[in-house]
Amino acid sequence: MIDNAHIVLIVAAVLFALGLIGVLTRKNVIFMLISVEIMLNAAGLAFVAAGSKWQQPDGQVMFLFILAMAAAEVSIGLAMVLQIHHQHKTLDVEKLKELRD
Amino acid sequence: MLIQLLTYIPALPFWGFIVLSLFGRQMSKPVIAWIGAGTVCIAALIVIILGIQFLQTPPADGIYRQVVWTWFHTGNLSVDISLRIDALSLVFIFIITFVGALIHIYSTAFMHHDRDYARFFACMNLFVCSMLLLVMADNLVLLYLGWEGVGLCSFLLIGFWYEVPANGQAANKAFLITRIGDTAMLIGLFLLFKEFGTLYIPDILQQAPQRFAQGDGRITLIALLLLGGAVGKSAQLPLQTWLPDAMAGPSPVSALIHAATMVTAGVYLIARMHVLFQLSPVTMTVVAVIGAVTLFIAGCSALVQTDIKRILAYSTISQIGYMFLALGVGAWSAAIFHFFTHAFFKALLFLAAGVVIEALHHEHNIFMMGGLKKRMPVVFMTFLAGAASLSALPLVTAGFFSKDPILWFAWSAANGNALLWALAIAGAFITAMYSTRLMLVVFWGEAKTPVGAPTARLMIVPLVVLAFFSITAGFIEWPHNLLLLDLFSQHVQKILPATILKQQLPAEWLFQGIAVLITAAGIYSGYVLYYGKPGVRWQQSPGLSAVRNFLFSGWKFDQLYDLLFVKPFVFVTRINKNDVIDRMYNGLARGSVRLNNLLSVSQNGSLRLYIAGVLVGILFIITLQLLL
Repeated sequence: MIDNAHIVLIVAAVLFALGLIGVLTRKNVIFMLISVEIMLNAAGLAFVAAGSKWQQPDGQVMFLFILAMAAAEVSIGLAMVLQIHHQHKTLDVEKLKELRD
Repeated sequence: MLIQLLTYIPALPFWGFIVLSLFGRQMSKPVIAWIGAGTVCIAALIVIILGIQFLQTPPADGIYRQVVWTWFHTGNLSVDISLRIDALSLVFIFIITFVGALIHIYSTAFMHHDRDYARFFACMNLFVCSMLLLVMADNLVLLYLGWEGVGLCSFLLIGFWYEVPANGQAANKAFLITRIGDTAMLIGLFLLFKEFGTLYIPDILQQAPQRFAQGDGRITLIALLLLGGAVGKSAQLPLQTWLPDAMAGPSPVSALIHAATMVTAGVYLIARMHVLFQLSPVTMTVVAVIGAVTLFIAGCSALVQTDIKRILAYSTISQIGYMFLALGVGAWSAAIFHFFTHAFFKALLFLAAGVVIEALHHEHNIFMMGGLKKRMPVVFMTFLAGAASLSALPLVTAGFFSKDPILWFAWSAANGNALLWALAIAGAFITAMYSTRLMLVVFWGEAKTPVGAPTARLMIVPLVVLAFFSITAGFIEWPHNLLLLDLFSQHVQKILPATILKQQLPAEWLFQGIAVLITAAGIYSGYVLYYGKPGVRWQQSPGLSAVRNFLFSGWKFDQLYDLLFVKPFVFVTRINKNDVIDRMYNGLARGSVRLNNLLSVSQNGSLRLYIAGVLVGILFIITLQLLL
């Protein structure tokens, strides 16, 4: 029998895979950033599910951490995206290759 | 207590060195002169006071000893900075400080126009200090410190006028060649420590006869290695080539190197370690032969030199050869006595030569001098005293009293033989001849170079004092058959053993007569050849010219060493220009660069490829986790 926790974990895994595929396939930096957010939320979902299964508060605490971190990450990420657009007039990740050997 | 003053003897020149090298640039010349010459003069005064006390009331064991502090202590080796005076080192410190002080006084005037006045006196003071440490040390480590200090200072002073590249090369040559001897000596010291477990000189001297039989191989090896050090410092065959080139330094430096310090260090070392040498008859013979051969070949070279200072340089090598000969035949006190008189007349000759060179606008060639007898009477008189002493004019000069016993012992000592005596006598003839040649060419004849400014009084006074001692210093020790006066050897023989004579010898006066005749003959041949004439025409025949060039270049020793050591070395280095071992390291570097090129392809700036790489890595690790 499949209990609730398992279903939620499968959903989380699917979400994570979607986010990963998004990061790998998208060319636009903003979309890659959003895909990363999806992956973060998938991880948060997994924490919440685990926390509810073992009746521990830790899972929810961890989700709060992830939430705060995601907010910070997005704000910095978006600021950098703005800068990239400002300097390179493009958000295509394939064209932003200055840091190669 | 007077013995407390012992420390000040080397400490004063050292203090002068420190002050002059740190603050010399800001000082005025008179201050520098007072510090530079003053420290050595005070040291000389202390030595004289101590010496008088030593001679009047000799200490019970014949030694003044003062431990200043422990230098280092490790395992069972403890090395003290400790000073010691016995009759042997008293002679040396007296000469070093007294003659050194006169040379310093002379230098204050001689170097007056040099812009590196302070550097000069700093080096000179350090030189005197090192030499004092060398002769006052009572352990071999401290002695070696002084030994190397002397080498360093000779390097600094020979290359004093460093703007001329040749002077720098001469300094390098002196340093490197004496280094060869120093290395031998250092190995000898290691072996001594291995055998005895101590480097404290009295212990070694005391234990050596108990531990080793006469002629033991180990003691012979040690003695030969120590002899190597002595040969290097004292410019004896085969390491004598540095000394003639050392003339590149200022004249007072030459005087200091040749008379008071440096070249006599080898004589001191052998005399100090005489027990080891006595245990090894082979080494004693080697010492005597080196001395005899050196005195002869250096004398021959002095005969044809034209540079006044090079003549004196070769004559120093020759006179040190006499000392080695005396040491080798076991005439210990005769060797030290010859050192004692030689210091006076050789310092005198160098300082007087400095005056002459200075007055003739830096003219070194004796055939460009001439006719100085009237124009520089004081220098003439003092130079005459020095040259007479050098050629051992009988009874009136110090050189006679010190050289005569050496000639006698070269035959009559247990270790001596006719061949050594013949070489020594030949050397005496040559010495008299080149001294006469030098005097006649420089002071008689017609003037060829105008005389410059008159000589400063500070330069004349040391000449007069040294001339006085060049004549009178010998009177304290007479040949036994003439007068029973042995003030010198009676003290020195408390430290050094008396000479053992052969049985059934011919009368001593016979040898003295021969020596006197030979000296007179040498002077007469010099007179015949050079008086009123331009000298020997060497160019007359190609054979003579070849002989002259051979002698002039110091028996071609430089060329020989060039052929034997320098050329093969350059050859080998040329073969190995691309160092074999370097190739290994070059290969390593090249491999790393190639690997780097290979891997840097992956850093192509594509963010998505990086993420894919991370993903593959994670999957790989997870797979490993699941499988294992």
